[in-house]
Amino acid sequence: MASFLIYINGEKRQVKVDGNTPLLWVLRDNLKLTGTKYGCGRGLCGACTVHIDGEAKRSCITAIENVAGSDITTIEGLSKDGNHPVQKAWVAEDVPQCGYCQSGQIMTAVALLSRNPDPDEDDINSAMKMNICRCGTYNRIRKGIIKAAKEMKNA
Amino acid sequence: MPNKVFINRRDFIKTISTAGTGLVIGFYLPFKNNLQAAESKSTIEFIPNIWVSVNPDNQVTLTVSESEMGQGVWTSLPMIIAEEMELDWTKVKVVQAPVDEYYFGRFDMGTGGSASVRTSWEKLRNAGAVAKDMLLEAAASEWSVAKNECNADSGYITHQPTGKKLSYGELTRKAASIEIPESVKLKDPNEFRIIGTDLPRTDTPLKVNGTAQYAMDVDLPDMVYAFIERCPYFGGKIKAVDDRDARNVNGVLDIFEIETGIAVVGLSTWAALQGRKNLRITWDKGSNKYPDSGSIYKFFKNRSKKRGAKGRSDGNVKRALKNADTVVDAVYEVPFQAHATMEPMNCVVDYRSDHCQVWAPTQSPKDAQKRVGKMTGFPIDKVKINVTFLGGGFGRRAFNDFVDEGVEVSMYMKKPVKLIWTREDDMQHDFYRPASRHVLKAGLMKDGQTIAWSHSVVAPSILFGQMFKYPIPFKDKLDVVALAGAKEVAYEIPNINVDYKSANTNIPVGWWRSVYDSQNAYANECFVDELAQTLNVDPVQYRLQLLKKSPRHTKVLQLSAKEAGWGKDIEKDHYQGVSCHASFGTYVAQVAEVSVDNEGVVHVHRVVCAVDCGQPVSPTTIKAQMEGSIVYGLSATLNGEITIENGAVKQSNFHEFEVLRMDQMPKIDVHIINSSEAPSGVGEPGLPPIAPAVTNAVFAATGIRVRKLPIKPENLRS
Repeated sequence: MASFLIYINGEKRQVKVDGNTPLLWVLRDNLKLTGTKYGCGRGLCGACTVHIDGEAKRSCITAIENVAGSDITTIEGLSKDGNHPVQKAWVAEDVPQCGYCQSGQIMTAVALLSRNPDPDEDDINSAMKMNICRCGTYNRIRKGIIKAAKEMKNA
Repeated sequence: MPNKVFINRRDFIKTISTAGTGLVIGFYLPFKNNLQAAESKSTIEFIPNIWVSVNPDNQVTLTVSESEMGQGVWTSLPMIIAEEMELDWTKVKVVQAPVDEYYFGRFDMGTGGSASVRTSWEKLRNAGAVAKDMLLEAAASEWSVAKNECNADSGYITHQPTGKKLSYGELTRKAASIEIPESVKLKDPNEFRIIGTDLPRTDTPLKVNGTAQYAMDVDLPDMVYAFIERCPYFGGKIKAVDDRDARNVNGVLDIFEIETGIAVVGLSTWAALQGRKNLRITWDKGSNKYPDSGSIYKFFKNRSKKRGAKGRSDGNVKRALKNADTVVDAVYEVPFQAHATMEPMNCVVDYRSDHCQVWAPTQSPKDAQKRVGKMTGFPIDKVKINVTFLGGGFGRRAFNDFVDEGVEVSMYMKKPVKLIWTREDDMQHDFYRPASRHVLKAGLMKDGQTIAWSHSVVAPSILFGQMFKYPIPFKDKLDVVALAGAKEVAYEIPNINVDYKSANTNIPVGWWRSVYDSQNAYANECFVDELAQTLNVDPVQYRLQLLKKSPRHTKVLQLSAKEAGWGKDIEKDHYQGVSCHASFGTYVAQVAEVSVDNEGVVHVHRVVCAVDCGQPVSPTTIKAQMEGSIVYGLSATLNGEITIENGAVKQSNFHEFEVLRMDQMPKIDVHIINSSEAPSGVGEPGLPPIAPAVTNAVFAATGIRVRKLPIKPENLRS
């Protein structure tokens, strides 16, 4: 066990865990931030996606010792009242079904839009194909991203 | 449709005590309200039945007794009540029902069979109408006016002649003292203002900010974490366990054997996982007659030569085939499929000396309650099952094997336990969609008539399989469930045989979105296409000819063809395939537009889907379910399959069991038929038509018939 200092959703947090513990389980077990989900444990499905220093990363394959001192954002920290343009677009398009993958989908979509405010079909495909949705909400996700992009441009 | 419902109050009592027969509406006894009124004068809630409560602050709470697994029951079911009760949708609060004797239904609170809306339709309309009637009665009595001068709208009762107005909340005290009416009038569908409209889903806000609670997210004080190492070999068992290294892992609390394997319990998820990784187990593989997919398909082939159990027998197929000018035959094979819900199996169990509480993503909460009662020896009222949101269900969560495990571990540890399956556990210990073999034969005449149809379904039986701990007696070898969609083939052909040849292996099988309709529709609809090709008739026209007595099939088929531009010019190198299938009371036709590249890879560009599910309740949900079924079915058509190697499942995670991702996603257009028939299912019926629509389009593109799923590019390379 070792002590790690991380910045989660703008707050400084100290955790005492084994250094090889994936960030996912630190978030869920230690910090009780359960919006980030376990889906595959191997970086294949994207359900665990968070932002590490602004980039979409898989928290299930990211050891805590490698992100000490980093700035981490989870779904809980994305906005105060669920009013990030991507979250709003998700509501407008009625995107989620079971909803389990959606935190990861939203975090990947936000990261995409922050580096590419005007993504085309291929940009959306290559960013979002990292995230699996078994309910099949892909087309609504696509619509949601386009809608959010428009709103963010006009803001 | 009768819109006056008579309610015999004595029958409620009887219905509740015998749970499941007779009247479907499950009211509390009317006295409940009176009692409450007498006991507490300050806060009187109006609870006319188990689905509805109104508090004096005008908060209306509607209860959903089906599990929300993405199919939208937290929205579509309350909409039905809100319609009849004349509620303001924006003020409705939705809660999950407790698991108790008052809630029952087609599957005793079980969610499945695309049954939620169709089996709730009447009882929820009644529940809303009764509540509205009592509120009208209360207002009329409050104002000393005639009830028929009062009107209910958006959560208010208005006295029309005077304009006096009271909210439902202001009427709770009075309404609580009103007796449940003997009969209520239901709304005319022309008056619907909620049903048939697109209202925002009630669970969406929780699902975009991370607060929706899945069982995986439940956290209890003093909770420990458990993983089970299960024997990977079907029919195998543990020979020897060396747990010394595992016990030395920091944070591992205990290691012990339970019925399904070796439990490793730790102070954290990671500790328990690391502990499990350090177990050294020697397995006894057991004896296995069919240790790999090859031997299973061979077994199916041998079984197909044996006599089957008759599911349908019209006319004389043998004679008709003899008289036919042309006999066409084809064999289709489909593989096992995993459910791969995004949330792997898990549960949280808190076993105490005199009661047990479970949080489970289950489709069968009453079954869970009974099992936990049996395991713990507690009476049912000491077993509390909390149904959380389900991170996908698709049939997998009808089975409560993961709840059994959680209870065993919590009982052993005498602590609250979170039991988690890894993705690998989930994929390798599923109840798989059965693999199957379909032998089809048809007799055609020169003049274009189709005179005979024969379909033999060779497949493991879910009902009579090995996965139930208490199997249903397998009497006549006929599993009608396995013939779903095969037996009901709608084409008007004078001689039809459909039979079932059971072929059980030791691979656990279970309900998988649309169940056997997924395999049977694939075989039917590909074969019909082959017949059209043999007769040199357009596949849509050929189907229409044989569906003259099936107006609902005809309508969806015509609509999908029209909307897809069937027979018109489409993009160069794009080809279309069609299919049509009814399941769970719902009629669906789909046209898939595909191209096949030089590598033999199939690209699905667009799917046009027409659906007749009776009265549409929530069109956006119907569309979402069609989209979801198409995606789930496309994964099984284009990508993933479960294969058996060396007595175990070969695939372990999403790199080996590939599912559809964003870059493979076609455009999907869903068209809903406007109907006033009673609503039917939407969770599954969109799935069966997609595989044949795609393979028929592949034939149009390549001239190659795909008779085995999933489609393999190497078989289509030019």
